[in-house]
Amino acid sequence: MKTYLGMPTAPAGVGALSGSLPFPDAARPALADAQLRRNLGHATRTIRAKRAAVVGEVSDWEELRLAGQAIKKATMARLDEHLERLEREVTARGGRVHWATDAVAANRIVTEIVQATGATEVVKVKSMATQEIGLNEALESAGITAVETDLAELIVQLGHDRPSHILVPAIHRNRSEILEIFQREMGDAPADLTDEPRRLAMAARSHLRRRFLAARVAVSGANFAVAETGTLAVVESEGNGRMCLTLPQTLISVMGLEKIVPTWEDLGVFLQLLPRSSTGERMNPYTSMWTGVTPGDGPQEFHLVLLDNGRTAALADEVGREALHCIRCSACLNVCPVYERAGGHAYGSVYPGPIGAVISPQLTGVAANASLPYASTLCGACFDACPVRIDIPALLVHLRARVVEERRLPTPESIAMAAASWLMSSPKRFGGAIRAARGVRLVGRRRGRISALPPPLSGWTASRDAPVPPPETFREWWRRTGGGRDE
Amino acid sequence: MVTTVRVALFVTCLVDALYPDVGKATTRLLRRLGHEVVFPAAQTCCGQMHVNTGYQRDALPLIRHHAEVFDPYDAIVAPSGSCAGSVRHQHSDVAARAGRPGLASRAGSVASRTYELSEFLVDVLGVDDVGAYYPHRVTYHPTCHSLRVLRVGDRPLRLLRNVGGIDLVELPDADQCCGFGGTFAVKNADTSTAMLADKMRNVLSTRAEAVCAGDSSCLMHIGGGLSRLRTGTRTVHLAEILASVQ
Repeated sequence: MKTYLGMPTAPAGVGALSGSLPFPDAARPALADAQLRRNLGHATRTIRAKRAAVVGEVSDWEELRLAGQAIKKATMARLDEHLERLEREVTARGGRVHWATDAVAANRIVTEIVQATGATEVVKVKSMATQEIGLNEALESAGITAVETDLAELIVQLGHDRPSHILVPAIHRNRSEILEIFQREMGDAPADLTDEPRRLAMAARSHLRRRFLAARVAVSGANFAVAETGTLAVVESEGNGRMCLTLPQTLISVMGLEKIVPTWEDLGVFLQLLPRSSTGERMNPYTSMWTGVTPGDGPQEFHLVLLDNGRTAALADEVGREALHCIRCSACLNVCPVYERAGGHAYGSVYPGPIGAVISPQLTGVAANASLPYASTLCGACFDACPVRIDIPALLVHLRARVVEERRLPTPESIAMAAASWLMSSPKRFGGAIRAARGVRLVGRRRGRISALPPPLSGWTASRDAPVPPPETFREWWRRTGGGRDE
Repeated sequence: MVTTVRVALFVTCLVDALYPDVGKATTRLLRRLGHEVVFPAAQTCCGQMHVNTGYQRDALPLIRHHAEVFDPYDAIVAPSGSCAGSVRHQHSDVAARAGRPGLASRAGSVASRTYELSEFLVDVLGVDDVGAYYPHRVTYHPTCHSLRVLRVGDRPLRLLRNVGGIDLVELPDADQCCGFGGTFAVKNADTSTAMLADKMRNVLSTRAEAVCAGDSSCLMHIGGGLSRLRTGTRTVHLAEILASVQ
């Protein structure tokens, strides 16, 4: 078997990683929804300002980013050793480690563990990995109810909706929409509930309190796992995570295998980078860490499910593997002009925004997500915001090349690109082509603009005039005037 | 004090075909500053559109051609952050990815001698007052590739602030992308248009007569929108302002 960085390669990932429509079509409803555009614009603008303020007060922020990048790179280079160390340490401290090659395997493992406890309801800490594998739906089909306890995730669940942001999954909702969802779906919402944020939070709090106290099993993800001691870490803001991680008898944590850090010293770097990048806070309110099982304190049964689901396949891409450095802070979403307009659902995957446009195709293979690498203007704002310096624009360009290279049949675009390459690789042909383009002057010369062009350029002229080619190209002018000297 | 520099003008295919005045302005400006401008007539296109759309194999002949044409020159100047950015940050990598180490090193060498106009003026020639005169109300849009690929910083603004007669007004949310993005503008036309709408709103809020940038491609996009809406607001390339005199 072929291995990359010491890891055997499992098949591509499956689960909630691609949509049914290509990005340009999937973006249309959001672009046409003025309310959604306002919600997203307001929310991303607010969080951008918060992040900029707290990042600005750290004098060695750039050094921290470099450290984060270096640790991630070094960790990936010896991922096999770190994962085996993690497994040994977790096991030695009373936990059990399960290896899941894909979403189907992970769901089966979690379902069987829950069934063995006899529980029919689990409480959940917000987790991208369990969203990725569609765990809630898998549990439901086994007769087990999963209750999301993060406020925004609860709003998404009660609204029978999909998350649209990594950190703020209900960012597309405003408070009046949330009130409506609570009144319709919560069951125990107070009759006089209003859309005041505090009252909405209190309603969710009392709704969830009953579930926390009754829960026998909790399911979480993990922000980090420290290999040297087998310690897992979850950072959060609401305290719901702390409840889930401490109250139930059984704890199941599903973690993408790239979330590992070798040492506590490494963890220190990321605990500085993550909250400032993510929520725009100096430190998040709750950081929970646990190491195996502690007799008489906290969950007495602990399972760690290490999820591959396309990650080792991504490792096989020497350039693309950098996407696995992501710590899921979502800073790139908040600065992305495309995300801000199109919203998270347009990406089809649970991972939206710039990082989603590189991670999703990496996990599924590019054919299943061929439009995502093109969902960017390559403006570069994401790279500047990334706390671990993932060069997202370069990865997007790389993935676009993979999309083209893996396509078997020619398309109108590929034929046009080959023709353009042929024309432009010779000065003679190029000069002739731009002279010939002057024929277009017949269309727009009189009005000085061109308002309609045939497809595919009609996409341009739907909202923008096209320039009328000038009577003389630059090279013609240069030749005629000796570079302006004879004018 | 810099002595006379022999500058090879990398005019870019877009300027050559559609915006020759930008190339003429760049030529006049550099000459006025006492430097020699040559136009290597064999130049065509840097291939950025191919690279950024995924057609790296089709880009290779263009990258090879560009490197051959410009290799003899010590200073290569483009009136474009995006095309200079592609030469500097993509050419060598694309060649290396295609398993062409010889081309990669040659392209890397050309890249090290390639400058965007404002970088060349401020960093190489050491001037931030070019003696220009432009009595108009202007707002400046820093294009994404000049800002975040080349990191030109405030060089264009320093040049503009020293222009005589200019009324330079700050553009709100200036560092936000205009939505062009090359083939993005066609492939994702609706999203591109949504971004353009916000850029135009900000431009119009300044009540500037003209919006200025260092890239004709972004100006083609912004200008195409402003023209469609009959706003009366013009676009003007940085080189055209800097080349203007009383």
